[in-house]
Amino acid sequence: MDISALIALIIVFIMLSSALCVLFLPNMIAAVMASSVISLSLTIIFALLKAPDVAMTEAAIGAGLGSLILAIGLKRLNYFNIESHQSNVSGTDPGQ
Amino acid sequence: MSKFSTLIFISGLSFLLIVITAQLPIAHPPMLIGQYIIDHAVQDTGVTNIVTSVVLAYRGLDTLGELAILFTAASGVGLLLSNKLNTKLQPSTKTVRLSNSNFIIEHALNLLFPLLLVVGFYVIFHGHLTPGGGFQGGVIIASAFFLNILAKPYKSSDSEIESTHNNLTIIESLSGVTFIAIGLYALISGHDFLEPFLSHGQLGSLWSAGTLPFLYIAVGLKVGAELSSLLITLYDIDSEELTD
Repeated sequence: MDISALIALIIVFIMLSSALCVLFLPNMIAAVMASSVISLSLTIIFALLKAPDVAMTEAAIGAGLGSLILAIGLKRLNYFNIESHQSNVSGTDPGQ
Repeated sequence: MSKFSTLIFISGLSFLLIVITAQLPIAHPPMLIGQYIIDHAVQDTGVTNIVTSVVLAYRGLDTLGELAILFTAASGVGLLLSNKLNTKLQPSTKTVRLSNSNFIIEHALNLLFPLLLVVGFYVIFHGHLTPGGGFQGGVIIASAFFLNILAKPYKSSDSEIESTHNNLTIIESLSGVTFIAIGLYALISGHDFLEPFLSHGQLGSLWSAGTLPFLYIAVGLKVGAELSSLLITLYDIDSEELTD
C-alpha cells in the first residue's frame, strides 16, 4: 500500500474518533478542542492531496477562527469551565 | 417522530447526493477550462501560484462577490450583537473563570504576537508566489490581534472601543475602495473589469504579476479588519456580562 494512503487512513480514523469525542465528551472545552483536531487532520489530508491553498484556509479558519468563535460562545453560555460541567447544573440555568 | 422524519430527510438527501456525484464527470477529460488555465496562467498573469491567478485574474468578479458576502455577514453580526438592551444575561454565578492575567500566557503571547503578524503579512504579500493569499493572511492577522485581547483582558472604556471600531472601519472601507478602484482603472484604461494590467515583471520575484499583489493586499486588510471587528464585538458583550 502507498505510504500516503496509509497516512490518510490513520488521519481519517483520528478524524472519526475525534468527531465521536465532540459528541460524547462531558467537558465542553475538550469538545471544542476535539472539533479543532478534526480541522487540523483535514489540513493534513488537503496537504496530501496537493492542495496547499485549501490546507492553509482550513488551518486558519477551521482550526483557528472556528474554535475561537466556539470558545467565545461557551464563555457567553457560562460553560467555560476547566474542571467539569457539573458546577453549572447547580447554578442558574445557563443560556437563559 | 421528528427523529424519524430527520432520518428520512437525511437518507433522501444522501441518496440524491450519491446519485448526482456518481454521474458527475469529475476529473475526466475533457477538462477544457482547467487545462487551459494550467497551460496559460503563467504567461497570462505572471504568477507562480496558479490558484491566485484563478482567484484574482480569471475569476476576479467572484472574489468581489465573496468580499461582499463577508461584509454582509460581518455587518449582520454587528447589527444583531450591538443591540445591548436585550442581551443582558443574568449575572454569572462566578464559578471557575480562567485567571485573567496569567504570567506564562502573557509572556508567551509577547513572543508569539509579532511572529503571527509577520506570518500573516508574509502570506498576504507572497500570495502570488506561494500558497496562501489575502483571505488566509487576513484571518491570521485577525486571530493575532484577538489572541492579544484574550491573553491581556482589560476593562476598556467605551470611547476606546469606539475609536478601535472607527479605525477598523476606516481600514476596511479603504481596502474595499482600493479593490474596486483597481478594477475600475482597468476598465477605464481599456481592459476588462479587474483585469491585471501592469507589466508582469520577472517571474517569481516579489514585485511581479502586475496588479495582483495589490489586489491581494486589499483583500487581506479587508478580511483582517472585518474579522477583528466581528470578534471584538463578540468579546465586548462577553466582558460586559462577566464584569456585572
